[in-house]
Amino acid sequence: MEKKMKNKTSVATQEGDRCPDNSAFKQQRLPAWKPQLTIASVLSSFFLTGAFCLAVGVCLVLSANSVREIQIDYSDKCSDCSKLRENSSNWNKECHCSINFTLKEDILGDVFMYYGLQNFYQNHRRYMMSRSDAQLLGRNVNRSYCAPFSTYRNGTPMAPCGAIANSMFNDTIDLFYNGNSSVIQVPLLKTGNSWWTDKNVKFRNPKSHNLSSAFAGTAHPPYWQKPVYLLDEEDERNNGYVNDDFIVWMRVSAFATFRNLYRRLRRTRHFADGLPAGNYTFRISYNFPVTRFKGRKHVILSTVVWSGGSNPFLGIAYVVSGAAATLTGFVITGIHLKLRKKKTYFQKQ
Amino acid sequence: VYCVSKKTINNGKMTLFNNSIKTSKYNFFTFLPLNLFEQFQRIANAYFLFLLILQLIPQISSLAWFTTVVPLVLVLAVSGVKDAIDDFNRHKSDKHVNNRPVQVLINGMLKEQKWMNVQVGDIIKLENNNFVTADLLLLSSSEPHSLTYIETAELDGETNLKVKQALTVTAELGEDLQKLTEFNGEVRCEAPNNKLDKFTGTLTLRGEKYALDNEKMLLRGCTIRNTEWCFGLVIYAGPDTKLMQNSGKTTFKRTSIDRLMNVLVLVIFAFLGLMCLILAIGNGIWEHDKGYYFQVYLPWAEGVNSASYSGFLMFWSYVIILNTVVPISLYVSVEIIRLGNSFYIDWDRKMYYPLNDTPAQARTTTLNEELGQIRYIFSDKTGTLTQNIMCFNKCSINGKSYGISSGMGRESELSKAEKVDFSYNPLADPKFAFYDRSLVEAVRLNDVPAHRFFRLLSLCHTVMPEEKKEGNLVYQAQSPDEGALVTAARNFGFVFRARTPETITVVEMGETKIYKLLAILDFNNVRKRMSVIVRSPEGDLTLYCKGADTILYELLHPSCNSLKEETTEHLNEFAGEGLRTLVVAYKSLEEDYFQDWIRRHHEASTALEGREEKLSELYEEIEKDLMLLGATAIEDKLQDGVPQTIETLAKANIKIWVLTGDKQETAMNIGYSCNLLNDDMEDVFVIEGSTSDDVLNELRKKMKPDSFLDSDEINIQFEKSSKKQIIIPDEQANGVYGLVITGHSLAYALEGNLELELVRTACMCKVVICCRVTPLQKAQVVELVKKYKKAVTLAIGDGANDVSMIKTAHIGVGISGQEGMQAVLSSDFSFAQFRYLQRLLLVHGRWSYIRMCKFLKYFFYKNFAFTLVHFWYGFFSGFSAQTVYDEWFITLYNLVYTSLPVLGMSLFDQDVDDRWSMLFPQLYVPGQQNLYFNKVVFVKCMLQGIYSSLILFFIPYGAMYNTVRSDGKAIADYQSFALMAQTCLLIVVSVQIGLDTSYWTVVNQFFIWGSLSVYFAITFTMYSDGMYLIFTASFPFIGTARNTLSQPNVWLAIFLSIALCVLPVVGFRFLKAQLKPTPSDKVRRNYLIKPEILLSMAWARWGAALHRLGSAWSVSPGQELATAIVPSKKHRNPSGGGSVEPQALNTSLLH
Repeated sequence: MEKKMKNKTSVATQEGDRCPDNSAFKQQRLPAWKPQLTIASVLSSFFLTGAFCLAVGVCLVLSANSVREIQIDYSDKCSDCSKLRENSSNWNKECHCSINFTLKEDILGDVFMYYGLQNFYQNHRRYMMSRSDAQLLGRNVNRSYCAPFSTYRNGTPMAPCGAIANSMFNDTIDLFYNGNSSVIQVPLLKTGNSWWTDKNVKFRNPKSHNLSSAFAGTAHPPYWQKPVYLLDEEDERNNGYVNDDFIVWMRVSAFATFRNLYRRLRRTRHFADGLPAGNYTFRISYNFPVTRFKGRKHVILSTVVWSGGSNPFLGIAYVVSGAAATLTGFVITGIHLKLRKKKTYFQKQ
Repeated sequence: VYCVSKKTINNGKMTLFNNSIKTSKYNFFTFLPLNLFEQFQRIANAYFLFLLILQLIPQISSLAWFTTVVPLVLVLAVSGVKDAIDDFNRHKSDKHVNNRPVQVLINGMLKEQKWMNVQVGDIIKLENNNFVTADLLLLSSSEPHSLTYIETAELDGETNLKVKQALTVTAELGEDLQKLTEFNGEVRCEAPNNKLDKFTGTLTLRGEKYALDNEKMLLRGCTIRNTEWCFGLVIYAGPDTKLMQNSGKTTFKRTSIDRLMNVLVLVIFAFLGLMCLILAIGNGIWEHDKGYYFQVYLPWAEGVNSASYSGFLMFWSYVIILNTVVPISLYVSVEIIRLGNSFYIDWDRKMYYPLNDTPAQARTTTLNEELGQIRYIFSDKTGTLTQNIMCFNKCSINGKSYGISSGMGRESELSKAEKVDFSYNPLADPKFAFYDRSLVEAVRLNDVPAHRFFRLLSLCHTVMPEEKKEGNLVYQAQSPDEGALVTAARNFGFVFRARTPETITVVEMGETKIYKLLAILDFNNVRKRMSVIVRSPEGDLTLYCKGADTILYELLHPSCNSLKEETTEHLNEFAGEGLRTLVVAYKSLEEDYFQDWIRRHHEASTALEGREEKLSELYEEIEKDLMLLGATAIEDKLQDGVPQTIETLAKANIKIWVLTGDKQETAMNIGYSCNLLNDDMEDVFVIEGSTSDDVLNELRKKMKPDSFLDSDEINIQFEKSSKKQIIIPDEQANGVYGLVITGHSLAYALEGNLELELVRTACMCKVVICCRVTPLQKAQVVELVKKYKKAVTLAIGDGANDVSMIKTAHIGVGISGQEGMQAVLSSDFSFAQFRYLQRLLLVHGRWSYIRMCKFLKYFFYKNFAFTLVHFWYGFFSGFSAQTVYDEWFITLYNLVYTSLPVLGMSLFDQDVDDRWSMLFPQLYVPGQQNLYFNKVVFVKCMLQGIYSSLILFFIPYGAMYNTVRSDGKAIADYQSFALMAQTCLLIVVSVQIGLDTSYWTVVNQFFIWGSLSVYFAITFTMYSDGMYLIFTASFPFIGTARNTLSQPNVWLAIFLSIALCVLPVVGFRFLKAQLKPTPSDKVRRNYLIKPEILLSMAWARWGAALHRLGSAWSVSPGQELATAIVPSKKHRNPSGGGSVEPQALNTSLLH
């Protein structure tokens, strides 16, 4: 019997052919980092996050407050024009209106002019789909994506096609500085307002010896007053599909309230440091009807800082979150200390 | 009735039955349609097909087609390729099998044919080591008496040789080809079926009928061994063979998580419908209030003429967009995780048994997490708790007991006693050991009863001898008990040497005698006995019978009464020591009566219908008025580590029920020796007889007196709920109790309306032992607990009698031991030793369960967070079904960006390592109570997902609202917002998986960081100039990544979203672990801090084990005997003082 036992033990150390490999992976013994929620790691994450959020929040709030911004709602101020535009048969009648405002202090630095729209659902799915990127690349393709603004009834294709292009914002806004004696038009840049990638990659005119022939056989969208190749007659590189105003409009907004960059201040001569204090006038050629859908139109002058425009949300959110995180940190510390006391009490017993 | 006759075949009437088989499902042309059809029967795939169809309707389509098609095609392709490979392999093996050569007798000549061309009625010749071609009727063979040896490994996994024998009338044919060709009989047999061990038929030859049974059949799948050649007639061919009839159609077991998942998917569907309804109504209102006026710029779509119709369309559009709450990758991922966790079981070296080179095996790969939820274990005893290596240990002959008590597993005692010297017997088996000299002396002194006793043992059995060298006998026994008895007889001088169908050769005290074997009255589970009728060389007719005492005692001649009493005393003594006992008896027969009987026997055995009943009647008739000879006692040693395993499992709150065919005393003794029953128990109840209704009531009164009050919750529940579906909740008894119930009482309780009472009482006990149960009752008991308790059950066993129980339980575990492979073949998991069960459950099961739960929690969370952002955006985009994210992001989110990290976690995560899992069985309890994933947890995931989606939408919204870049240009555009939201989401869910991962292997690091890098790489690639210029319509987001991600405020918004999504979770988890810690939290708290505790605990355990061993050894045989008969409390204390220490340590660690 003993002999048998010995045999057994000697066999037991041997491994047969079917013995599994002794690898760390197969035996689930891979070396691993085993992080745990310890009091130290939890508290440090809360307090560090809290401190960071508070600091960033304060910076954001301060910098957002340093932004100078003037926003004027002109949908009511130009009520005559808006009434005129309500009737679409007046589409080719020009309508101008002027809005005066006063700058009490200089606005220094780069100044940007935006137009803002409210209640304009650029993010509606069917609206957003209604465009042809291929067409805007200068290719001749079918415009099935553009419904319902792809072709006229007689078969003439629209260029550019689609609901987005058709509804392009077409007010013109000029800014005048009312100096002591004379009225000076504030010099504004109409290019360089769009992303480089949009201007140089995403939008291209069809190739031809000149622009008007490139768009031969097409017609402008129904709401447009002029064809696409006349968007900017002065600057060949800002005309047709690569027109900055057009490109900016085609980058549809995520929400129904939005602002788009319209012009930038050209900092020369009188305006080298920005906009000096004084009286100004917006002269608006009012073409874009908004009253039908209860929309509002704004014109905005604003400076920017490192964190963008004047939106205070991030700053406030950071301050609130930072405060909440720090507070929670203290609460957790309190609970932990209380529990530990209890435990030591038991341990003593 | 199925008829095979050679003539009809020759007439060519039945050419349908050729021997080619086809296990493959598809061919080249049918693969695609059939496979797709099968795959679309799965509900998830069908759902995505439905979505795809929705997407093809232009008015509804809110997402590009590829968002659904890419994942669907990927999932279909993966499953399709897997099916194709499987089927290709099946084709290959079919072809291989069908083209095997075989010799067929055609027109008096043996011709080589392919297997597939063999037909029913053909006569074929097989040679040694050939595979059997089809189901054959054995006609003749090269061996004497036309015996043929076969191995059935491929059929039922058993490797011991079995013997088949031809009818004498066909055996005469020999290998005479002429005679064989002229052989013209008709076989009538039953229709093809899948019963491997049954065959009924008759052969009509020259007007005479001969009975055919399974003994004359060679089944396809067997291999011919030790037989030079044999001839057979094809009875069943190809798909009709028993092997093919047995394949396929396996019943699928599903886990409770599976069922829960299906419920949850339905809940999610309802939730989806609700969201879509809200958004659709929103759209109707919006179109009425605003969209109607906005038509200047955006006319309504064609065919839409009212706001409500638009809302209706939008409902379906949102169904498409929000479909990601039910992700298609869920089911695929679950399968992958289960497969991975099954591989770990196959690979585990700690579950590998080197002695017979058997690794553990996960035969079903879909049940892993259920291993972490087991509440009840139903265990067989023999071969499962014990080794099933039988030693003839004691016997009682003619009222005298022989053999020295050895007890269970205490070999050291034996070394003191002297081993009996068998050198007088040249044919003795040297491995056999016996320690009582007096028996040898009795035999040598020609004690008549002793001689008769051993003669019986050498004659009454079904063992096959193999004598390869002269004198070197090896017995092939189907049951180890028989082997042990025959070996004992051999050593005492009654050497069973050879067997033919009609004779048995025995060397009796050196003198060779040939007994004529006239009949074998074989063993079955109902009879529980077997007999042989032999004619000795002297001409005496004798019936020898051995069987279970309860059965045989009823059949004894009244004259044996006094002997019966003495023997009973011995039997009780043997059983008390845990020995397996058999009673042996004999009867002399009269010639006339026997001739009459054998004639009726022949008639009955050729009957086609009711053969079994007729035979058993005849058997009963002759097996009566037997003369008692004595009893045998066989020892079956406990397997290694069984008591420790049982102790550990009990600590894990698992209730163990032992179901055994043994006697009550044997079973109870095993119960004590493997720590199932012990002195810590308040009481051990024994229920016998059929009066159990009152008894059960009584027991319950004792264990839990409150349970009879009307105010008892469970009683109230019973009254409320209707009879059909009662789930008994857990009840706590006022102490630890054990219950022993016999099969007889069990049958009574199961038949009467006592089921409920039985389950209620039994489940209050810590341990239940059912003895003397039949295989069917085993399954019934499992079924009973499954029916009335909402608990996961596991059945473990090793023999064919456990198969029904293994199949019935939620999880069946097979022990690949001595009793063949049938249990293993029908099991879900298999290994070689009972002790591996604790590792399977406490380590693999627990990990699998935790991993699966973590996976599901995270998966539902990430998809809720992902999808609900669309819901919030709906309120800001005119409910127009505009997505927040880029369509490519939607396509790749589940498939690429988030699939690997969660898979990594579900394959590698360990909350505590395996040693700790085993040291703290309490860690297993949350799984049993289903704490880690249930409906409440799901709702929590949903709420967390909703919270995250709110953050993920409103933080980017606030940060973007009316804002510009630092160079004054646009950033509040849709594309920038989409990019920002999706980047926030992806980083948040990646941090969340990091938080969920408690075991960061290299792979996890690689997957998490890799997925994030891949996201940025893919994003920059898709938003690049080149991609836009080539695929203009597909990648309109050109430049967004460059222009947006360079902005500081975008990153600030991303950071804020992460902090707001993650910090609350961190705080909540920490506080929960502090205030309401789970067992796992408690252990983990000490896990990293105090590694030295583990070491000290391991030592304490060792110490306890040694102590236990020591105390066991010190018990003297006498004491052992005294305690064996009446298991009293004090002496049975296997877990003595030594075990207190680790328990104390254990509990101190947990607080």
